[in-house]
Amino acid sequence: MTEIWQGLIRAVQLLVSFDAEVVEIAARTLRIAGTSSLLAAIISLPLGTLIHFRQFRGKGALINIVQTLYFLPTVIVGLFVFVLLSRAGPLGELGILFTPQAMVVGQMVLITPIMLGMTISALSGVRKELLETATSLGASGSQLGLLVLREARYAVLAALLLGFGRALSELGVAMMVGGNIDGYTRMMTGAIWLATQRGDLELALALGIILLFLALVISIVLNRLQQRRPQ
Amino acid sequence: MSRPPSMIRITALTHRYGDREVLKGLDLSISRGETFALIGPTGAGKTTLLRIIDLLEMPSSGEICFDDRPVPGSGKQRLQMRRRMSLIHQKPQLFDSSVYDNVACGLRWRGNKETETVRKVGSILETVGLDRYEGRDARTLSGGEAQRVALARALVLEPEVLLLDEPTANLDPVSTSRIERLIRSIARQRSTTMIMATHDMSQGQYLADRIGVLIDGRLVQTGNSTEVFRSPRSEEVAGFVGMENIIEGKVVASAEGIATVKTGSDPDGTTIQAVSDQPVGREVHACVRPEDITLAPATHRSSARNSFRGTVTGVASSGPLSRVEVDCGFALVALVTRLSTEELGLEEGAAVVADFKATAVHVIERSAHR
Ligand SMILES: Nc1ncnc2c1ncn2[C@@H]1O[C@H](COP(=O)(O)OP(=O)(O)OP(=O)(O)O)[C@@H](O)[C@H]1O
Ligand SMILES: [Mg+2]
Repeated sequence: MTEIWQGLIRAVQLLVSFDAEVVEIAARTLRIAGTSSLLAAIISLPLGTLIHFRQFRGKGALINIVQTLYFLPTVIVGLFVFVLLSRAGPLGELGILFTPQAMVVGQMVLITPIMLGMTISALSGVRKELLETATSLGASGSQLGLLVLREARYAVLAALLLGFGRALSELGVAMMVGGNIDGYTRMMTGAIWLATQRGDLELALALGIILLFLALVISIVLNRLQQRRPQ
Repeated sequence: MSRPPSMIRITALTHRYGDREVLKGLDLSISRGETFALIGPTGAGKTTLLRIIDLLEMPSSGEICFDDRPVPGSGKQRLQMRRRMSLIHQKPQLFDSSVYDNVACGLRWRGNKETETVRKVGSILETVGLDRYEGRDARTLSGGEAQRVALARALVLEPEVLLLDEPTANLDPVSTSRIERLIRSIARQRSTTMIMATHDMSQGQYLADRIGVLIDGRLVQTGNSTEVFRSPRSEEVAGFVGMENIIEGKVVASAEGIATVKTGSDPDGTTIQAVSDQPVGREVHACVRPEDITLAPATHRSSARNSFRGTVTGVASSGPLSRVEVDCGFALVALVTRLSTEELGLEEGAAVVADFKATAVHVIERSAHR
């Protein structure tokens, strides 16, 4: 028991002294998860708006599939992207397996369904009469798209945050396509896993505290956003 | 007679929701600068017609010409036509932003310069009496304020055609008259073409050059307000424009423009004299407005063409007026002031004489299919 206490105390010391290794891993994690979230958002917002406005056959089925992919296990995504990027795979020529780029690709596969699906349901919360009013006031198709995103901004932001949270906290993809390489592709989750294996409790706990803290911040912001939903 | 060019012309317009026909073969032409009121009971299809005119919805069949050009089914030209009109919805829908942004959005969508937008928005907010509201969150406004923002948002675009869907429904009398005055002054100053839906007959009469009565998806009568108000073409219109007394009968004599209408089926039933040239033998409705009927004590000797002895069967007060129901062989409703109600001692069972002039009676041919 004392061992755990001492580990915790030393972990806090690592945090307050801005230990170089801790800071480096945390920064890399934020950078990679941030990049994949940004790219996933760039895909999800316009695509979600388009799907929301267009009527086509199989729209309901498509939305169902996207929603099912929310629960995609990270190791399945890891496996899929690994096969895709491995030397013999269809994208093997890129030679990016076990690089941060590969991790970004993998995380995008993981979180784009969440961002896309939740964006679509956020937009469907905007009243039809409101969009009709905008049309009547002379909005063109793309202006209408921007308006609906603006009207649903809190719910849309919540969708993006949830995706970011998942990218931050996943382990499977980072390990399988990133390789958990020290100083290169090691993320917080991977570092915690390895440090725990090695018995380096203080590093594991320090990183764990940061991860928990980030989760807390995201959840508070999400809660706030949910309360700001109009009426 | 040369008519001014038509701004909106609708031909054989029909609209269905599922297999329900909501609009049934409408023909309507509205001239540039005209103020047209569309009146009709709830569910008649007023909103649907306005939405179709605003090009928000495609009619199931029929043609619409805007400024003498047929409206295309889609594309840029349709957007450009739509940008020359604006529709104010029955329930104002404000965007989740400031009052300023709500009013400015239409100008921004049209690519106006922001400096010009600032000026126009400021001046229109002043017109609707909402200066100093620019920064307010639009979602926190009262119903009347929201309605005025919706009006400002449409007016700031200086549309050639302004479509108003019950602009004063859900408003108190003060806000109502304020908005009515505003609409009236805009119609005058800017010579905007206006089409407004309302189920308030008097509002239509006050604001419009011409009135169209829409009942159950059909435009049953169009004309100026005197025509519609005084000479409704059918029993339905008569009822809708406030001719509460609609008495079934048959013309039994006709001389010098005065028709004698026998009421009821009994051979020596009461007769009503009316100014009408309906021929003898025709089945008709004789319609009389409650406010055109005067009541007097039973001892009164009258000079009116129509004078009937009867018994009061009910009295209901609404504001300064009382509605008095009288049975004089047929049922009549008369509108009298509260004061005369008291003076005449009008209460259930009282004997009275009901008088009305032959000119107060409007005779309509009874449609065969009823
Ligand atoms: N989207 C829709 N789908 C199905 N039916 C509809 C739709 N919109 C309107 N209707 C029906 O069409 C009919 C006409 O509706 P509309 O809103 O045009 O009436 P209105 O004259 O404006 O009535 P009110 O005075 O109550 O506003 C109504 O019976 C309504 O139920
Ligand atoms: Mg309506």
